[in-house]
Amino acid sequence: MSDVTKEQLLDFYKTMLTIRKFEDKAAELFAAGRLPGFVHLYSGEEAVATGVCASLTNKDYITSTHRGHGHLIAKGGQVDKMMAELFAKVTGYCKGRGGSMHIADVDLGILGANGIVGAGQPIAVGAAFANQYLKNDAVSVCFFGDAASNRGTFHEALNLASVWKLPVIFVCENNRFGISMNQKDHMNIVDVSQRAISYGIPGVTIDGNDVAAVYETAKDAISRARKGEGPSLIECKTWRHYGHFQGDAGLYKDVQEQEEWLKKDPILKLEEKLKVLNFAKDTELKEIRQQIQGQIDAAVAFAENSPEPSTEDVLADVYAP
Amino acid sequence: MKKMTYAEAIRDGMRVEMQRDANVYIAGEDVGKFGGCFGVTAGLFDEFPGRVLDTPISETAIVGHAVGAAAAGLRPVVEIMFIDFMGVCMDELFNQAAKMRYMFGGKAKVPMVVRTPCGGGMTASAQHSQCIEAWFTHIPGIKTIMPSTPADAKGLMAAAIRDDNPVMYIEHKQLLAMSGEVPEGEYVIPLGKADIKRAGSDVTIVAWSWMVHKALAAAEQLAKEGINAEVVDLRTLVPLDKECILQSVAKTNRLVVVNEAVRTSGFAGEIAAIVVEEGFDLLDAPIVRVTALDIPVPFNAKLEAVYLPNETKIIAAVKSLF
Ligand SMILES: Cc1ncc(C[n+]2csc(CCOP(=O)(O)OP(=O)(O)O)c2C)c(N)n1
Ligand SMILES: [Mg+2]
Repeated sequence: MSDVTKEQLLDFYKTMLTIRKFEDKAAELFAAGRLPGFVHLYSGEEAVATGVCASLTNKDYITSTHRGHGHLIAKGGQVDKMMAELFAKVTGYCKGRGGSMHIADVDLGILGANGIVGAGQPIAVGAAFANQYLKNDAVSVCFFGDAASNRGTFHEALNLASVWKLPVIFVCENNRFGISMNQKDHMNIVDVSQRAISYGIPGVTIDGNDVAAVYETAKDAISRARKGEGPSLIECKTWRHYGHFQGDAGLYKDVQEQEEWLKKDPILKLEEKLKVLNFAKDTELKEIRQQIQGQIDAAVAFAENSPEPSTEDVLADVYAP
Repeated sequence: MKKMTYAEAIRDGMRVEMQRDANVYIAGEDVGKFGGCFGVTAGLFDEFPGRVLDTPISETAIVGHAVGAAAAGLRPVVEIMFIDFMGVCMDELFNQAAKMRYMFGGKAKVPMVVRTPCGGGMTASAQHSQCIEAWFTHIPGIKTIMPSTPADAKGLMAAAIRDDNPVMYIEHKQLLAMSGEVPEGEYVIPLGKADIKRAGSDVTIVAWSWMVHKALAAAEQLAKEGINAEVVDLRTLVPLDKECILQSVAKTNRLVVVNEAVRTSGFAGEIAAIVVEEGFDLLDAPIVRVTALDIPVPFNAKLEAVYLPNETKIIAAVKSLF
């Protein structure tokens, strides 16, 4: 905790709020029938991506998931290009060809959201191998859910990363559900971090709604990876506020549990902390909120005013020239 | 007869077979209380205690365990949430389920069904919209079914479950909510029987799954212009009802094959090859395929519309033969 400065905490606040407001807007647009495809919202889990990506540069890679908007924003993704992609416009990150589940920007080190659960795990290992091979000091971070740790890819990826001592950090976002499946029904353990034991790598469980804790833990793991000390597994306990995707009412969630977790909202927690530490007053926080809302509204306007992709280009980009 | 949706008809097919045979069970992601991502198994969890099992996200184990359970005497019906996820469990299907009987000298039986929805037109993008039936038809030992109507969905489900071989039962997301008259109680449609969904004399349009409906719509349009198209719904790709196709072509002397999958190495090519080999003399014009473009499924709705086959493309293909 001691390491985290006022400036950092305020930065975290802005990033987390950007994610939240982006998601709130996406929810609103989707409900109004203005977004095609599926959207899986990250609301409630903002502290994880924000705390982890704070120690990464554009040279470091991440692999993301179907619930990827937060990872992208935390890794430096621009909300206007992201919003344009949600609207399937040519100005979007994927020229309107990918959509929410496939947003990527390789220049920012983002190897993509993913429609296949668990697919990012070995890809992150490969990017980490490239980093090691090229001796470029970069690391990769693999974000994935609790339920994704039941895929074979998870176990193969951790094993390979551990025997090759690769600079990769596996970040499990344990929101306790894989769609409707409660964690207690999809795995026989409580802490996903225990799975690190099988691969002889460090594994820890932390409060994923405490951005400072996520930051400190990830920073250590990232610096070990950069020093050639191999992979780590970090499990962040968190909660998704909405259903699995927009349209899912989440009726399988316990109502009381949902309420308790809403009280542990990572953004509320951080606001509290900023005020207790005297780092920010209500008025300043309000100003930040308004400023970010303005950015999100501008992103929607940008997306709406952007053209659709031309059907003439439909065959382009299947193969590299 | 009872009015049901395609999804309800699939469920009814499973229900009747589960009532008939205690060794039939269902497993898959969110198929239990939640009733499946598309609601196909809704209610079965309560109706058949202990026989509708939720699994972790472990497609390899879902299909792999079905192979073992089937070889050991059960009749698993497993769900893979989207056909696009079959990549995760292909070994279990193509090296294990498909080959066991032959490799073991004809001794093993692998009576399992993999149910999975395919198809585009939902802006679901590249990893949730594909039609990859040709992957399965290319594997000796697997049967592949793609029903286009609620009644067919029910009758073919019963046949799939009773079959002693691994069966890919491929649903279509666009059809799940479609309703139609379905026979009540036990109803079995034998595998390998195509169905003429519209009789005609001028051209044969072979299609399956969602594309049957596109072909029928095109045929109505063509009829107004004096072209009387026959629409042959394959219903099962393996085993294939060659007879029905060849008899239809013998009558019409023209063939258009419509397939929602990408063009290269698709099943439409297989139909064309068979008709050229076995019915060349019947043809008065070249065979034309109407397929998707050879690209990943694009997200943008306009691009996806260009990618997919549709009525206009079918009509143009038919007209090019005259
Ligand atoms: C291989 C594969 N299986 C199933 C799915 C369908 N699916 C999408 S997200 C999801 C649940 C993922 O749960 P988790 O990994 O915990 O992430 P969360 O959604 O909770 O963030 C499932 C089953 C998929 N996309 N890919
Ligand atoms: Mg989860």
